[in-house]
Amino acid sequence: MTEPINLEEGFQAKIDAELKIEPKDWMPDAYRKTLVRQISQHAHSEVVGMLPEGNWITRAPSLRRKAILLAKVQDEAGHGLYLYSAVETLGTSREKTIDDLLSGKAKYSSIFNYPTLTWADIGAIGWLVDGAAIMNQVMLCRTSYGPYARAMVRICKEESFHQRQGYEIMSVLSKGTEEQQAMAQDALDRWWWPSLMMFGPTDANSPHSAQSMKWKIKRQSNDELRQTFIDRTVQQAEVIGLTIPDPELKWNEGTKQYDWGTIDWTEFYDVVAGNGPCNKERSAARNKAHDEGEWVRNAAMAYAAKKAKQKAA
Amino acid sequence: MSENPNNWPLWEIFIQSKRGLEHKHVGSLHAADAQMAIENARDVYTRRQEGNSIWAVLADNLHSSRPEDAESFYDPADDKVYRHPTFYTMPEGAKYI
Repeated sequence: MTEPINLEEGFQAKIDAELKIEPKDWMPDAYRKTLVRQISQHAHSEVVGMLPEGNWITRAPSLRRKAILLAKVQDEAGHGLYLYSAVETLGTSREKTIDDLLSGKAKYSSIFNYPTLTWADIGAIGWLVDGAAIMNQVMLCRTSYGPYARAMVRICKEESFHQRQGYEIMSVLSKGTEEQQAMAQDALDRWWWPSLMMFGPTDANSPHSAQSMKWKIKRQSNDELRQTFIDRTVQQAEVIGLTIPDPELKWNEGTKQYDWGTIDWTEFYDVVAGNGPCNKERSAARNKAHDEGEWVRNAAMAYAAKKAKQKAA
Repeated sequence: MSENPNNWPLWEIFIQSKRGLEHKHVGSLHAADAQMAIENARDVYTRRQEGNSIWAVLADNLHSSRPEDAESFYDPADDKVYRHPTFYTMPEGAKYI
C-alpha cells in the first residue's frame, strides 16, 4: 500500500516520469487554464491564418499553385479543428472557445495581422511563418498533455509540405525576372522580423515560461527555438540568393550560431494590443462568417431532428 | 452562459487505417447527425488516405473507467503471473511448446 500523497506532487511526479496527462486525470487548475489558453490560441491561429492565404486563392499564378494553396488552406482548417477538439477535452465548450475569439477576448498569433500584398508573400508565409510554426510544433509533439501532443503529431506530419511549397515559390521567383526577384526579396524583407517575433518575448520577458517548462508543456525556450530557426533559415536564403534584412547578421565561429540584430519589441506589443495592420479586418471576417453561417447550423439541427422523428415513427 | 440548443453535438471519431486492423480513436468533432459526423470525419481525418472505414460515436454514449480508481480497479490482475506462458517450467529438450 502506498502512502497517500499530495495530488499536486503526484501530478508533478507523473510529468517528471514522462507520463502523459490525460483528460480525466487530476491536474492543477493552473495547468488546465494554461493549456486552455495556449491550445485555443493555437487553434485560433490556424483558423485566422487561413485569411491572409485565402486572399490569394483566386489569383494564384497557375492551376498547380492554386490546387496546392487550396489544399494548404484546407489543412489549416483541419489543424484548427484538431486543436479545438483538444481544448474541449479540458472541459471548455466549443461555443465558449469560439465566442472568445469572436469577442476579441482570445488572442491568435500576431503574424496573421500582417497583409499579403503580393504573390511572393504566399511563398514567404509558407517558408518563414510555417517554418517558424513547425519549430514550435515539433517541440509540442512531446508536450505533457496527451490530446495536445497527439494533435501536434498529426499536424507536423501535414505541415512539412506547407513549408516546402512556400520555399519552392520563393526559389522559383528568385530565379525569375528582375521584377520577380525584387518581389521575393521584398516579401522576405517584410516577413523576416515578424516571423522572428512568432517565437514570443525573450526568455527574460516571458514570465510564464518557467512554469510551462516545469510542467513540460513547453520543452524549449522561446530564445532557443528562435536561434535554431535563424541558423537554419539563413542557409536556405543563401541557396536561393536572397538577403536576410539584418545588417548585424553574422556567423559566430565561437558559438557555432549566427549573431543577429534586435527585434522591434514595440511593434510586437503594439500588434498584440490590436493595432497591427489587419487586426480589425481579421476579426470582422471571422465574425461575418460566423454570423452568416448561423442559419446553416440551425437548419442542420432542424433537419437532423426531423429525420430522427421520421425514423422513430 | 447557457448552451445554445442548436449547437451540434460532439462525436468521437474512430478510423480504421487498413482492412484487417482495428479502429483507432483519432479525435472528435461536432456534427448535427451521424451522417454529417462521418462526412466531416472524412474531410478532417482522412485527407491523405489515412482511413478505410470510419466510426462515429456520440460522445455522450461513451463511458470510461476512472483513472483515480485505477489501482483498485486493476488490482485483481496484479498477482496472477500464471496467466503468462513464461510462468511455466518446461522439461529440458521438449520442442514446439
